[in-house]
Amino acid sequence: MGTSSEPLILTAIILAKVAVVLLVFLTSVAYAVWLERKVVAHIQSRWGPYLVGPHGLLQPVADGLKFLFKEDIEPREVDRLIYYLAPFVAFTMAFASIAVIPFGESITILGHKINFEITSLNVGLLFILAVTSLGVYGIALAGWSSNSKFPLFGGLRSSAQMISYELSLGLALVGVVLISGSLNLREIVDQQQGLWNIVRQPLGFLLYISAAIAETNRTPFDLPEAESELVGGFHTEYSSYKFAMFFIAEYANIFTVSCLATLMFFGGWHGPVFGPHLLRAFLPVLWFGLKVFCFVFAYIWIRGTLPRFRYDQLMSFGWKFLLPLALANVLITSFVVAWRAS
Amino acid sequence: MLPLFYIFGAVAILAALSVVLQQTPVYSALSLIVVLCSLAVVYLLLGAEFLAVIQVIVYAGAIMVLFVLVIMLLNARRETPADRSRMARWLGFPLLIAFFGQILFATWRHFSGLHATPQMAAGPKSIGELLFRNYALPFELTSVLILVAILGAVILAKKQV
Repeated sequence: MGTSSEPLILTAIILAKVAVVLLVFLTSVAYAVWLERKVVAHIQSRWGPYLVGPHGLLQPVADGLKFLFKEDIEPREVDRLIYYLAPFVAFTMAFASIAVIPFGESITILGHKINFEITSLNVGLLFILAVTSLGVYGIALAGWSSNSKFPLFGGLRSSAQMISYELSLGLALVGVVLISGSLNLREIVDQQQGLWNIVRQPLGFLLYISAAIAETNRTPFDLPEAESELVGGFHTEYSSYKFAMFFIAEYANIFTVSCLATLMFFGGWHGPVFGPHLLRAFLPVLWFGLKVFCFVFAYIWIRGTLPRFRYDQLMSFGWKFLLPLALANVLITSFVVAWRAS
Repeated sequence: MLPLFYIFGAVAILAALSVVLQQTPVYSALSLIVVLCSLAVVYLLLGAEFLAVIQVIVYAGAIMVLFVLVIMLLNARRETPADRSRMARWLGFPLLIAFFGQILFATWRHFSGLHATPQMAAGPKSIGELLFRNYALPFELTSVLILVAILGAVILAKKQV
């Protein structure tokens, strides 16, 4: 301790962590798009992307390049500042939340203990909720600034939907917080060592997953971008890299809610650990990745199977069904926790 | 820590001015979001993580979304400035200066010796204990007030039968 190079090494470690996490995350997001196209295609008895690379594996690269080289069209009389700001807001908020997600124990390299997360916050869970609640601005402002009818409808719908489902999303997680007595994601995971929270909070999990699908604007709750009635929804007037940013943000959000579901209800990185030291360090990361993958797959599966809700059905489902159930779950859980404590 | 405080304090003040001076309602609302977020950063610098995040969730994430939603629904574009009244022109600035002078004086008198201490206990536990022990009555009264407001909103929004 106390050497002058110590802060330098710590900074280097943090930068390296950010770079690695961002790289892995971006790649997973790109391949989630490929996975979605493949899985939905197979559900519908098609082949899906097949031409670029083996089994279309290079399709994400091709798509990314295509987005970059497409003409950037700016519609007439848009509100320029907000029109350009909106995709960045959506993108930044979607990526900010991975900063606090822990995906493994820790590893010691050359005497430095490295945790498998970019940073640890005592209120990590709330941080994620805060960041996702800001993500709605990207969509709402995109709809408003485009100076066009369909995007405006899409933006309005999505704001209303996200406000409605955010409540249930937060309340569904309160049960877990009550049981573990902490808002720190690492502590919540550690506390599930013996028993996963899905067993203690089955209702909370179902509520969370329903609200999360709505929160990420996915089928059957994808009203904000319902192609059949709103052209493309809030991003109708966006092209080129700005459209790509919305697209990436949507898939990044899917990963965030999947990570959160894994951390809160499925024991995070816990799983059988064996073998030599290095394997012991990286197996938990593998378990974590596997669990998140299952959630992403389930998301795609749901999209391939369920039809879209009608808008009024969506609203009454959120307010009259999910919210009361979430409140009841909080009430019952707190009674049980208080009864156990006394 | 101190430079960060000054930076975000300045951002908060500039954004607050922008809330008042903008003529497009959406820009005002967005500036207000910037104010709220930079205040959250100030809380964070004081070690009040919980308060900072709650500030973002409740104000920036929920209340301001409603503001923006309503502005979008009304499709309010640029405002036309109304003629300022003569009384506002002559009395406005002196009153403003008097008001700020009073705030400065009160702050200086009561808080000049105090220093914001980082790492103060502002976690959910201590806030909860304060709310439900020392301030239980005001807290409950506030929730009754909110309940009344909700009922009022429902009655106002309800269609006439």
